[in-house]
Amino acid sequence: MRKLIISTLVAAGLAGTAGIAQASEAGAPLMTEKWSWEGLFGRYDQAQLRRGFTVFHGVCSNCHSLSLVAYRNLAAVGLTEDEIKAVAAERELADAPNDEGTVLMRAGRPSDKYISPFPNDQAAAAANMGALPPDLSLMAKARLGGPNYIYSLMLGYMDEVPEGAEIPEGKYYNTYFPGHAISMPPQMMDDLVEYADGTAATKEQIAKDIVAFLNWTAEPELEERKSMGLKVMIFLAVLTALFYALKRQIWKDVH
Amino acid sequence: MSGLKINNKALAWFDQRLPIISMMHHSGVEYPTPKNLNYWWNFGSLAGFILVVMILTGIFLVMNYTAHTSMAFDSVERIMRDVNYGWLLRYLHMNGASMFFILVYIHIFRNMYYGSYKAPREVLWWVGILIFLAMMATAFMGYVLPWGQMSFWGATVITNLFSAFPIVGDPIVTWLWGGFAVDNPTLNRFFSLHYLLPFVIFALVFVHVWALHTVKSNNPLGIDIKTPQDTIPFHPYYTIKDLFGIGVFLMFFLAFVFWAPNFFGEPDNYIPANPMVTPPHIVPEWYFLPFYAILRAVPDKLGGVLMMFGAIIVLFFLPWLDSSKVRSAKFRPFYKQLFWVFFADCVFLGYLGGKPAEGWYVPASQIATAYYFLHFLVILPLLGKFEKPRALPASISAPVLKGGGPATAGAHAQPMEKA
Repeated sequence: MRKLIISTLVAAGLAGTAGIAQASEAGAPLMTEKWSWEGLFGRYDQAQLRRGFTVFHGVCSNCHSLSLVAYRNLAAVGLTEDEIKAVAAERELADAPNDEGTVLMRAGRPSDKYISPFPNDQAAAAANMGALPPDLSLMAKARLGGPNYIYSLMLGYMDEVPEGAEIPEGKYYNTYFPGHAISMPPQMMDDLVEYADGTAATKEQIAKDIVAFLNWTAEPELEERKSMGLKVMIFLAVLTALFYALKRQIWKDVH
Repeated sequence: MSGLKINNKALAWFDQRLPIISMMHHSGVEYPTPKNLNYWWNFGSLAGFILVVMILTGIFLVMNYTAHTSMAFDSVERIMRDVNYGWLLRYLHMNGASMFFILVYIHIFRNMYYGSYKAPREVLWWVGILIFLAMMATAFMGYVLPWGQMSFWGATVITNLFSAFPIVGDPIVTWLWGGFAVDNPTLNRFFSLHYLLPFVIFALVFVHVWALHTVKSNNPLGIDIKTPQDTIPFHPYYTIKDLFGIGVFLMFFLAFVFWAPNFFGEPDNYIPANPMVTPPHIVPEWYFLPFYAILRAVPDKLGGVLMMFGAIIVLFFLPWLDSSKVRSAKFRPFYKQLFWVFFADCVFLGYLGGKPAEGWYVPASQIATAYYFLHFLVILPLLGKFEKPRALPASISAPVLKGGGPATAGAHAQPMEKA
């Protein structure tokens, strides 16, 4: 009975977790990719993060904020100090009041968080037909399926609305979006951006690169976390083996 | 009271005035422990260990956390991004909560399998249930603190349960919230209580260990300690065994922290709380799911709330509901089977709690809920009257009689020892 119950539960558990990883909220199974940061030894691909930043900076950041990432953090993506200063200075924000009490605008600095394209949520929604473009900082952790969901969403637009689906005016059909009617127009197309490293900018490539960048914004600690994990595990394996040997030694006379 | 000789004169002087050293020696070194405890007895000390981990990581998290609706979410993200090893502290604390429940659930099921709640350990068992209740309250309020979507809506749904009570219900909810909706006052009081309750748990653990050391540990055979030959001192035998257990547990725990830190979490909690947008599926953390399933199984709101609380209250009566005089399931052929059926029922309830209340899930959770109570209120009281237990061994040291001789005593008494 015990063996039967445990094996049934384990089998059901495995089936359940596998199912969660693949289905989106909309029900369609997600497109899955092999991401470089997955697995025991996973790391970000530096060149890919840099390309992903090119996409974010050139395309996404026109509508979406990235409020949890500071410009200085972009060093991890491979931007030099001067490049960071230049990117930060592209936008302005309200400064602290000066000695006369006047609030002036000033250019962004590396210590600032990524400056949003709109002054507030209402302005952002008003400029996007009433739909607020969500902040992208944590997107890779805030949706079921994470990076695979973003990847699928980017490539999941259909030019022709399938039979029976009703899409309101100004919305678009996306296979993976809950309810299918998404306010964001399709973005991915070949040669949307030009990569400095010469990588061919196919729409699949662009989608992969932006997913990598957004996974980095959501989990900037990932590389440090995984490499510390390996060291800690090796240490614990040795320590636990020693504890076990000592335990055997101490217990050998107990009957 | 103890055979401890303190050689250092200053320490001996101190100990005569406040016997803290001999007391620690008495309960941490000499404490006579049954020599046949298997590895299922490691989970109590493991739960104590993770409690300390939770308190320590929590203290350092608080140094960087801001309990205000407009800043809580961002302050947690600042911990993740800008505080030195903040991501480690936060992931340890977050996964530590799940680990605490895994350990405590195993500890409770071990208790049920070996009948540890029976005389003279009823009070020990009660204190354990109080710890479990305090843990649930602490975990629930802790989950609210990051002020994500699931924090907000979980808090709204759970506190709203109290509105099911007639007349006093709505005033209670308003009183809990500190307003007319879950808002900043709610967050502030939950933060305060979330910091307080772990120390209450710590005190309860102290009482739990006190009660344990008064009545002594149960053991896999479920028979009393009869002679000093049945026991071994806690140190070094169980200190080293517990240390080994901590090593194995840490590897399990940290595998999640380092490689799957959000495995137990809900993606929605990485979206800042928004009272205007309700998430499609509001689910509590996994460790509440069996009780959540019981809550939803009853079509009537008040009935569901009462059944949910009843599912825990019934545990207090377990020592008297179980009519069998034999403690360990080893010697109870039917209980041994029914224990696993009950275990499966609890896991099944947990599964159903995570599913939407629709289709076949609804009748399934009603059947599973009915079985949960049937187990306690009908099966256990009757089983002891009809079941014929197998012969108990004469003592812990005596070989377990299996038609064989005394030669294999050790192997039988400690089946997991050589594994």
